[in-house]
Amino acid sequence: MKDKKQFLETFVHGVFLILGLITVGCVLLITVYLIISGIPAIREIGLFDFILGDKWQSTASEPSFGILPFILTSVYGTAGAILIGVPIGFMTAVYLAKFAPATVKNVVSSAVSLLAGIPSVVYGLVGMLVLVPAIRKLFDLPDGSGLLAAIIVLAIMILPSIINVSITALEAVPKEYEDASLALGATPVETYFKVSVPAAKSGIAAAVVLGVGRAIGEAMAVMMVSGNAPNMPSLFQSVRFLTTAVASEMSYAGGLQKQALFSIALVLFLFIMLINATLNFFLKRSKEG
Amino acid sequence: MKATKKVFALAMSAVVAVSALGGCSKNVSGTVSTDGSTSMEKVIGTLGEAFEEENSGVTFTYNPTGSGSGIQAVLEGRCDIGLSSRALKDDEKSEGLEETVLAYDGIAIIVNPENTVTDLSIKQIASIYKGEITNWKDVGGNDGEIVLIGREAGSGTRDGFESIVGVEEACKYRQELTSTGDVITTVSGNPNAIGYASLASVKESVKVLQVGGVTPTDDTIKDGSYSVQRPFVLVTKKDTELSEAAQNFFDFATSDDAASLISEAGVVPAK
Repeated sequence: MKDKKQFLETFVHGVFLILGLITVGCVLLITVYLIISGIPAIREIGLFDFILGDKWQSTASEPSFGILPFILTSVYGTAGAILIGVPIGFMTAVYLAKFAPATVKNVVSSAVSLLAGIPSVVYGLVGMLVLVPAIRKLFDLPDGSGLLAAIIVLAIMILPSIINVSITALEAVPKEYEDASLALGATPVETYFKVSVPAAKSGIAAAVVLGVGRAIGEAMAVMMVSGNAPNMPSLFQSVRFLTTAVASEMSYAGGLQKQALFSIALVLFLFIMLINATLNFFLKRSKEG
Repeated sequence: MKATKKVFALAMSAVVAVSALGGCSKNVSGTVSTDGSTSMEKVIGTLGEAFEEENSGVTFTYNPTGSGSGIQAVLEGRCDIGLSSRALKDDEKSEGLEETVLAYDGIAIIVNPENTVTDLSIKQIASIYKGEITNWKDVGGNDGEIVLIGREAGSGTRDGFESIVGVEEACKYRQELTSTGDVITTVSGNPNAIGYASLASVKESVKVLQVGGVTPTDDTIKDGSYSVQRPFVLVTKKDTELSEAAQNFFDFATSDDAASLISEAGVVPAK
């Protein structure tokens, strides 16, 4: 009887182990595949010409494959989205976690969850039909698509992750800290900003990093509003991100062009790995702290 | 001896039954290999699928390598039928190749309905896309900076447009979009935009320009008076016979029945 139970335990353990390994296997497979298919083009083009080249003409008779415009666009675009999205998201989180009455909190929280559930192509579509013409009229430009439109769309898209993770971090602050602060005569606003927020800072940092990851990996929505010409980034210029560089040319690519697209994916992958490592670092600290 | 006869009779009746079931479709087995123009992917894919459906024993392959490679492949006998999105040159014909025009790809030049320009010459279009003309007032329109909308590198429509107008690698695109639908949506939302799209997919929301005074329609594309167009050509060897399967496909693709499939793929059938 005991043996049978023992066997069942081991068996179930084994099943779970296999299921877990499937995930690990997928990650390994993608990593190895990206590295194998991304290296040849970098070798042929030359690492410096590839990373620091400022001209991308993949189908010209003398093609050049420089992805510096894409890298800079991705960095600027993400930074811009963080600059707009983090203050809004952070303040919303503080309000929802500490100030808001229960009914308001319920309504706003479900709205935030809904925002997270909207498919990125819908963001892109609304951006293309509403935001791009609005930017064109507002700034009196010939065309509204470009980096600014992409930044605004990305800022809205990263709000849910920033808000939700920040709320969790703020709510995890022990109530005793706040009670002590209030008892010493501090006002609620002082308490929340000087006690709760510093206590939750690792969690909030994790929220920001998560937002960065989301913004740098988004392709569909930015492709529809950024104009997609491989220019050096500038706020009202048509630009191309790392993600959209892969997505927009993959369908017809061949030869070195296709290999170079894999190399772009590899660069993007390295960026994401870096961001994930940072995220893990903050999450670990927030658990310990 | 008797047994063999019986088996033979059985086999015969089976053959009769199968051909009766199959109706009028010819059951040929084998492969049809095509090679060439990437722009023809959609039309040849549609035809290939329909052909495979009717002839279950046939495998249809398409290798998107580009018109030049496709023509070379036929010449070297590496495929049955070559696909070219340009007419054969004389020296290619003198090497024993034969062209059969399958369809015409008409590319419409589109602008926003608010734009007052109705007609551009090929030369004007080329100057606009090269960035030499940057304001609509220089071509008879209102004052406004021209916004160039194009397709992504590698797109068949872009390749077709640039090669016909003669602006390869010289276009100063403001936006490079990845689908015809995106081009149309963007042009319809910006009064200063100009773009290009396959005629078949153009919608009411944009205005189609005349080119050199000719409005693009199926008829003007077919008779050649509308100039932003190119033929989709099936390339075969003049004195070599096609395999039975390939010949069947060739007949099917050039038949009247295939015309509706070709229109579905967004191009004007030659028939």
